[in-house]
Amino acid sequence: MENSRRSFLKIAGISALGLGTKPVLNVFASGENSEKREAEIQKNPAALKAKRWAMVIDTRKYESEEDLKPIVEACNKIHNIPKHTNKRHEIMWIWFDEFKYVFTNQEHEFVDDRVKHLPFLVLCNHCEKPACVRACPTKATFKRDDGIVLMDFHRCIGCRFCMAACPYGSRSFNFRDPRPFIKEENKEFPTRMKGVVEKCNLCAERLAVGKMPACAEASNGAIVVGDIYDSESEVRKLLKNNYAIRRKPELGAGPAIYYIV
Amino acid sequence: MNDKSKIIAGLIIFVIFITFPFWYNMGKAAPVPEPKLTDKAKLEKECVEPKQFMKVEHMQILDVWRESVVRNASRTYVSKTGKKFNMSLASGDDSCIGCHSSKVDFCDKCHNYASVRPYCWTCHIEPPKEKK
Repeated sequence: MENSRRSFLKIAGISALGLGTKPVLNVFASGENSEKREAEIQKNPAALKAKRWAMVIDTRKYESEEDLKPIVEACNKIHNIPKHTNKRHEIMWIWFDEFKYVFTNQEHEFVDDRVKHLPFLVLCNHCEKPACVRACPTKATFKRDDGIVLMDFHRCIGCRFCMAACPYGSRSFNFRDPRPFIKEENKEFPTRMKGVVEKCNLCAERLAVGKMPACAEASNGAIVVGDIYDSESEVRKLLKNNYAIRRKPELGAGPAIYYIV
Repeated sequence: MNDKSKIIAGLIIFVIFITFPFWYNMGKAAPVPEPKLTDKAKLEKECVEPKQFMKVEHMQILDVWRESVVRNASRTYVSKTGKKFNMSLASGDDSCIGCHSSKVDFCDKCHNYASVRPYCWTCHIEPPKEKK
C-alpha cells in the first residue's frame, strides 16, 4: 500500500513537471514562428493626406468656356469618361453652367454682367453630410475620413437613389455601356459598366500616389485643393483673404467646394 | 400482364436515353488546363504569395485588395516574404496584368474550365489581345 502511494506521487510529480514545461515550450515554438512574417498592407508614403479635403475655385481667373474646357477635358481623359452623342446619356464628373443655375438661391435680376455670363465649374461637392451616402442601400457610396465622398463601383447596383438625393445633380448614370464612347482609354483607370452611377472622386487615385487632382493641375492656379482644417494650407489662405460662396449652403449638406466670385 | 416485353424494351430505351450523356462523353473528359505563364511571370518564379496559395486564394486576395484600395487608399501589399507590390489588377506594369499580360492564356484557361465568369473586365481594361 505504502509503496504504491509512493510510486503514485512520483508519477504525479513527473507528470506535473511535464505539463508545466508545455507553456515554456510553446513560447519557444512561437518565437520560431514569429520569424515568419505576416503579409500586411501599407499606405504609399508619398500619398497626400488631409483632415478634410476642400477645393477653392477662383472664378476671377477665367473668362470664358474656352478657359474651362481644358480642365474638363483633363478630367474626362484620365477617368475614361465617355462622350455620348445623346445628351440624355451624358456622363459628367466636372462641367460648367451659368450662375443662375449653379447658385439658384443667390441669383437675382441685377447680377453684374461678368458673373451673369461667366461659366461656373461644377462637380461633386464632397459634402460634410452627404445625402447620397445616406440614400445608398448598398454602401457603394461612402464618405472617407478625410472628407472625400467616394464610390465603390463594384457595389453599385444602379438604383439611382443617390442621384435623387444629391441636391447638386453631381451624379450621372450609365444608361449605356460607356466603352464604345471612350475615344482613348486611359489604361491606368478602369471604365464603368452599364447600370452604375458615377461621379467625381476628387482624384482619390491621384492623391494616393502624391499627385494633386487633375482639374487643379490643369487650371493654372484657378483651382486649389487642400486641407481646410489646416490653417496654414493654401485653401485656408485663399478663403481668409477672399470672400467665397458655396452652392446651396442652406441645405446643410456642408459642401466643400468654395467659389471666389 | 402480357406487355412484359414492351415494358422491358421501353425501360431499356429509357435507361439508354437517360445515361446517354455519360457514355457518349466517356473517356473524353477535358484535361485540367494549365494556365500559360508569360516570360516575365516565369522569371519571377513566385507571385505575390506562393503558387499553391495563389491558385486557391487569389479571389480572396483580390477581394481584400479591392476593399483596401477603394475604401482605405492603402495600395501597397507587403507579402510574407517581405516583397512589396502595387495593389492593382490592371493599372501599370507592376499590377496583376503587368505580369499575367494575357487574359486568354492565363485567366480564361481555368475560368472557362470551371465555368466561372467573373466580371472584372466589364470595367477594368484588359490587356491588348495581340500581346501573347
